[in-house]
Amino acid sequence: MTDGKRRKILAASSGGGHWEQMMAMRAAFEGSEVVFATTIPGLLKKYDISDGLILPDCSRDSILMSIKCFFSAFYIVFKLKPDVVLSTGAAPGLFCLLAGRLMGKRTIWIDSVANVEKLSLSGKLAGHIATLWLTQWQHLSRPDGPNYAGAVL
Amino acid sequence: MILVTVGTQLPFDRLVMAVDTFAKELSKPVLAQIGKGSYTPENMKWIKNIEPADFDKVFRDASVIVSHAGIGTVLTAKRFGKPIILVPRQAALGEHRNDHQLATVSQLAGRPGIYVAHTDDDLKNYLLEDLGSPSHEDQSEAGRASLVNYLKNYIAAV
Repeated sequence: MTDGKRRKILAASSGGGHWEQMMAMRAAFEGSEVVFATTIPGLLKKYDISDGLILPDCSRDSILMSIKCFFSAFYIVFKLKPDVVLSTGAAPGLFCLLAGRLMGKRTIWIDSVANVEKLSLSGKLAGHIATLWLTQWQHLSRPDGPNYAGAVL
Repeated sequence: MILVTVGTQLPFDRLVMAVDTFAKELSKPVLAQIGKGSYTPENMKWIKNIEPADFDKVFRDASVIVSHAGIGTVLTAKRFGKPIILVPRQAALGEHRNDHQLATVSQLAGRPGIYVAHTDDDLKNYLLEDLGSPSHEDQSEAGRASLVNYLKNYIAAV
């Protein structure tokens, strides 16, 4: 924080491992105004987050849910107008990143540490959307991205 | 208490069944979170899912965690300083879409506090041992600090 301005961050992820990874890097948001969004309501409570948002989950099996998730992601980003959109995956987070990028915001993708051999499909697509594209495995980093800057595990 | 957890998304009856088979031979009681599994344990306590409100207590009470190789559980075990035994899901047995959990354990095997069981015998032997806990000063802490600082600097420069 060089100029004393508080950045607004939307940190969005699916439930389960994606969410735990985002919580493990929470210290990165200190000094910023962060709004968390996830797909399982109970997770916000688990970490005492009272002002979090819920995203509909989306899976490859349900097109209707995916469309709902897509519009919900765009609505959240449009309403919140964050300076930065960040996600650890999966598809719901990618939709938030896409909305953020279309609004000219900075967008950060941190590919899940579970993707050891190759990036996930969302992770690969994120390469076209994210202004900062990271993998959590050194051996998956490439000169043109994704980059490696550390890992939660 | 030994906590067995398979996550909420997919069943993992192979793991639940394996522990149930030798649960009575173990020195500590077992609590199994079986999720969407259809096998009903007979020799150990079980629940479908852990309620968020009970979550911290259940993990704190556990002396060792037995789990599928899900990153969420690995991070949670580390957060609570508990040893974790990982049993990777296998696509060939219909336990996941692909074999990414096998890839995950190949990278995590040998880290402090993380144990990988490829067979039921491995699993039983680990549970009969006194397993070491993850340390808070292992190499993964440096990796995490590095990632956090990198993100912090990027955000500050926006």
